[in-house]
Amino acid sequence: MAIFLDDQSKVIVQGMTGAEGQRHTRRMLAAGSNVVGGVNARKAGTWVAFDYGTSDGTSLPVFGTVEEAMKETGANVSVLFVPPRFTKDAIVEATDAAMPLIVVITEGVPVHDTAEAFAYAQSKGGSRIIGPNCPGIASPGKSNAGIIPSDITGQGRIGLVSKSGTLTYQLMYELRDVGFSTCVGIGGDPIIGTTHIDCLQAFEDDPETDGIIMVGEIGGDAEERAADYIKQNVTKPVVGYVAGFTAPEGKTMGHAGAIVSGSSGTAEAKKEALEAVGVKVGKTPTETAELMRKTLQTTG
Amino acid sequence: MEYQAKELFAKHNVPLTAGTVAETPEEARAAAEALGGRVVVKAQVKAGGRGKAGGVKLAADPDEAASKAAEILGMDIKGHTVRRVLVVPAVDIAEEYYFSFLVDRANRSYLCIASVEGGVEIEEVARTNPDAVATVPVDPVTGVDEAKAREIVAAAKFPAELADQAVDMVGKLWNCFVGEDATLVEVNPLGRLSGNRLDALDGKVSVDENADFRHSEHEKYADRSADDPLEAAAKEKNLNYVKLDGAVGIIGNGAGLVMSTLDVVAYAGDALSSGDGGGVKPANFLDIGGGASAEVMANGLEIVLGDAGVKAVFVNVFGGITACDEVANGIVSAFRLLAERGDRVTKPLVVRLDGNNADEGHRILDEANLSGVERVDTMDGAARRAAELAAAN
Repeated sequence: MAIFLDDQSKVIVQGMTGAEGQRHTRRMLAAGSNVVGGVNARKAGTWVAFDYGTSDGTSLPVFGTVEEAMKETGANVSVLFVPPRFTKDAIVEATDAAMPLIVVITEGVPVHDTAEAFAYAQSKGGSRIIGPNCPGIASPGKSNAGIIPSDITGQGRIGLVSKSGTLTYQLMYELRDVGFSTCVGIGGDPIIGTTHIDCLQAFEDDPETDGIIMVGEIGGDAEERAADYIKQNVTKPVVGYVAGFTAPEGKTMGHAGAIVSGSSGTAEAKKEALEAVGVKVGKTPTETAELMRKTLQTTG
Repeated sequence: MEYQAKELFAKHNVPLTAGTVAETPEEARAAAEALGGRVVVKAQVKAGGRGKAGGVKLAADPDEAASKAAEILGMDIKGHTVRRVLVVPAVDIAEEYYFSFLVDRANRSYLCIASVEGGVEIEEVARTNPDAVATVPVDPVTGVDEAKAREIVAAAKFPAELADQAVDMVGKLWNCFVGEDATLVEVNPLGRLSGNRLDALDGKVSVDENADFRHSEHEKYADRSADDPLEAAAKEKNLNYVKLDGAVGIIGNGAGLVMSTLDVVAYAGDALSSGDGGGVKPANFLDIGGGASAEVMANGLEIVLGDAGVKAVFVNVFGGITACDEVANGIVSAFRLLAERGDRVTKPLVVRLDGNNADEGHRILDEANLSGVERVDTMDGAARRAAELAAAN
């Protein structure tokens, strides 16, 4: 099981021939992901060699279109490493091909492009987008689509959803003795394809997940809406963490979406909203990990 | 600022009364002379409530325009110093409306907000008279065509005799929103002038920096004057740095982890001062990103140590993609680079490395035995130590 990504996932990489694409395709292969090819219209018909696996390495075919790649390989996940200016078109192409899961790693995509690509995908139905500006998704021991390091932790029963990459890694590390079903980095942009709520819903429905860690940060009101959702729909224990209590008003803190505007989007408001619905919120990543560990010991 | 928003409005043919920017009373006088007669002199700052703060004044003639400009220039409005004014012809305003397009994070879409009650903050109208505020979702794919514009104008209850003009204006503002990659296009007030003419009297446009690659002309709107000098220096070096006013300099990788590091240091500082909130605080936000090289680390340290308020530095790295041995090498080289630049590091540095190749990173730091550098294994422990060192120095 796990969510969105499992051992049945067949991954293609849009932008596999670029430097970042090659580097991370190799890492995904090493993590045991079933990567079956790449897409680049200008290099269709060529092969890319990766020094991984057998002594000869692994060679992956490059297809001209996502549609062709899906037809030839049965791929059901696409990971995007294309530059920001081409990202919208790449998402639209994957959506047109009805790619079930589209993971957009690219940072710096104009928000209008994301808004259009997301609306387009919604109108077509059938595709889930994760990101942009995210580390991707990992179901330890099964598959890894993106740049989340695979050697931090193994398979286990915690589900994690986070806006931040390094905080995801930190929490995976803190709880490496327990392990994770799936970790989703949803990204720090103002508009993202998969939200905290989407992941909470999927973790609630996943029999392999016993507890959920939700990591948020300043900006927007996604955490407040997630709190409402938890109150109505989530029965599994949820532990939260929110970054940015010391962030000043009106300054963007690294992520494009991380900004406190006036009195809205503060970490304090998010923490209060989560605590109001019974979610325990850790003061530090370490304390958050401890809360999760204790929760699982009591319920398990 | 208003004059910049109006430049962008004018580019998309949004109806407005053009004015002239002046940076001195003399320029304001000349502008008033050219515009002929009564003018309004308006402070140009990135803040609302200019009128209440005395930053908008009516002048009967060019002499008065100069004297009013002299009063306004240099004024402080909500922490912003007024460096220029906009001189516009005085017009008779019959009514004031409100209009905006914005990126709606919650619905992952666009939103149009319009009201016949303008000239005040729209949040205030939404609180006191919510029925007067129309919010119309706009699909990013289908956008705003004439039918959609008519729907918006009807929802906002703009007067019937202005409907055609309003539809035209909505279309032009939409072109501005999309054409400029704006996250916000706001007209407030949207004036109804004598002769039933609609006019964008004041406005605000926020553009998306991620879209700068297709808008090289937006560079001139980037406001560097308000930046802290260290922030400006960091920007030049492509570092993601935000200046705060505490004593513990922070360097980390990944926006979320760095934000979290600031919080953890603030808690540690607070705990030291027995929880009265008066403790040691973080001095800055600095995300060196993935794969931080020695040079990036040196640049980062230079910026953080350039802050006179910094008493101790906390380097907090979780190696995901980044390898901790590279970070450790980065710190060692940074010390050498800074010494070569004549800035020997004299403030204590607390380093916490975890994750990818952390053991090797530790070995490199231990071997280099840099003076003032302490290694602490956990994030919370390292934050506490950095706060202690900052409090003691």
